[in-house]
Amino acid sequence: MDVIVYGLVNGMTFFLMAVGFSFVYGISRLPNFAHGALYVVTGFITWSFIENAGLPFWLSILISLIIVSLAGMAIYRFIMIRVRGMPISEIIVSFAIALAILEGLRLQGIGGFKGFIGPGYVLPPFYDGVVATSWLMIDMHRLLIIVVGVLILGCTWLFTHYHRIGLALKAMAQHERAALMIGINSDRMALVALAIGSALAGIAAIAIMPLGNVNVESGYHVLTHAIAVCVIGGLGSWAGTLLAALVLGLGTTIMSAFGGTMWNNVLIFGLIIFILIVRPSGLLGKQKELEERV
Amino acid sequence: MADEERRRERLDRGIKARTGGLYAVNSWREIGYLLAPRAGLVLVLLVAPLVVPGLYWQRVLCFAAVYALLAISFDFLAERVGLVCIGGAFMIGVGGYISGSLNYYLGLPAALTIPIGTLGGAVVCTLFWLPCLPLRGIYFAVVTFMFPFLATSIILATGLFRGTEGLSPVAGFPNAWVGIYLIMVVVLVSIFALRRLCGEDIGLVFAGVKDNDQAVLASAVNITRVKVYALFIATLIGCFAGAYISHFSGFVGVSLFAVDFTIMPIAAAIMGGPGSIAGPALGAFILAPLSEALRGFGQLRVVLYCVVLVAFILFKPEGLLNWATRKYHQFEHWVKV
Repeated sequence: MDVIVYGLVNGMTFFLMAVGFSFVYGISRLPNFAHGALYVVTGFITWSFIENAGLPFWLSILISLIIVSLAGMAIYRFIMIRVRGMPISEIIVSFAIALAILEGLRLQGIGGFKGFIGPGYVLPPFYDGVVATSWLMIDMHRLLIIVVGVLILGCTWLFTHYHRIGLALKAMAQHERAALMIGINSDRMALVALAIGSALAGIAAIAIMPLGNVNVESGYHVLTHAIAVCVIGGLGSWAGTLLAALVLGLGTTIMSAFGGTMWNNVLIFGLIIFILIVRPSGLLGKQKELEERV
Repeated sequence: MADEERRRERLDRGIKARTGGLYAVNSWREIGYLLAPRAGLVLVLLVAPLVVPGLYWQRVLCFAAVYALLAISFDFLAERVGLVCIGGAFMIGVGGYISGSLNYYLGLPAALTIPIGTLGGAVVCTLFWLPCLPLRGIYFAVVTFMFPFLATSIILATGLFRGTEGLSPVAGFPNAWVGIYLIMVVVLVSIFALRRLCGEDIGLVFAGVKDNDQAVLASAVNITRVKVYALFIATLIGCFAGAYISHFSGFVGVSLFAVDFTIMPIAAAIMGGPGSIAGPALGAFILAPLSEALRGFGQLRVVLYCVVLVAFILFKPEGLLNWATRKYHQFEHWVKV
């Protein structure tokens, strides 16, 4: 029983990690490989606001979310905009930015900067407490992760289905020229998408990071997990994203309960490769035969 | 005659005016014009190991050559055949594990294990990637990118080939010079052979597969077979690099699947000039020693190197060699009319 509950929590963390990437890539076809870097940056900024500047918890979260979405917009406005429409260049550029940010956080000795290394960086949980029943013992924060995940799922679903800007973003993904023709400014929409996607990465960071400490390596993990969820679930399909996140979450939890944690990565990468070969558009994605395979 | 009339003339005018190709060469000047860059490449690669100071920089050159081989194979697949294969680390790992384990468990000498590792590795990689070949563009790229991670996690989970510890004493080369010149010659051969191959009939089919595979399919050519040929050739080069590196560093471990072997060649290809086969090698021979020289700066090295990569993609997407070629062809001198 506890395997299922923890699997659900795990699935929700997968979903939170992936939702920002999926928002940007699935909706506006911009592969933002700097996603993991923005995730880690949010963690460190929030930590600095709380510990160094002494700001209250909620205020520092708000400020760091704003900073991260501005950073996402800057990445698009100054760098990605120039390679728009060349998928490989987009990937390489955004991955290079991610590497530069992540490794830059580890820089030491420049201007008295000590580098974010070590186990001392821990974000506080939303609500400290433990729920204990006869069959389950789980801390409050993990339950709140599920709540946050469901809230975000609801908001993004409503946004992309009913809001003008959300619909415009979907139109861009479907047919950019046609969207341009009916007056959707594609660059501005991409800016919006990146701002929201980066903020979602930030929310994921604030929700997930209290479970462990804030470290640079998690940026790479978040990136691979986000790609895994998006690819397996299908691009642009929220149901698929949720399904893939739950499958991966339950799968990895069951794996670690019975086989050992080192099989987790085998499961994740094996599933990605298998799904890509069999059904490149993912479990619930819309098949676009000629774009994907011959 | 007040003053004699002069005009500017391009060096390659005579050649361009006749055929635009390499074949119409009828004077020593034109032969020299065409031969100079190629002979320069051969000379530089053969002389460089003699000139660099000390053993350390010779090893750096060898690593640069490994990256150059990977960059060449990436460039050939991506720009000439249209398969964006970013799984360089997988080729290195497969080639390295085959030749390294043959040496470690069976005690075969490097002269046997490297050819077996190269051929066997190419067969293994081609077979693994065969089911992915129908995929296009970004999907193929993501699949191939995931293979080294899968291989790493399988080796770590099952403890095959002694898991995290790796196979430690793998015999080195009998003589340092053999090791150095082996890889230099292979780099040269693969550059010239691939450029030649792209000019042959099959090269035209490769280009067709890149530009419009439906048209190639419509002219009754089995494109999967064509892609398999290209993939086999490219993985042959990559697996040689892997087999070489296992003997060169005397160690085989999961570090052979490191993401460096994927990212660095791509950076080299973009910097050197995508599509020119020789350009990526040039990029690797610039980037690898550069990053070695910056090793003292710690993490700043990676940051700088990403900045260079982004700057090249944004501001000079044609790359160094394509730019240099253009300048070389456009070079003008004054002649009397």
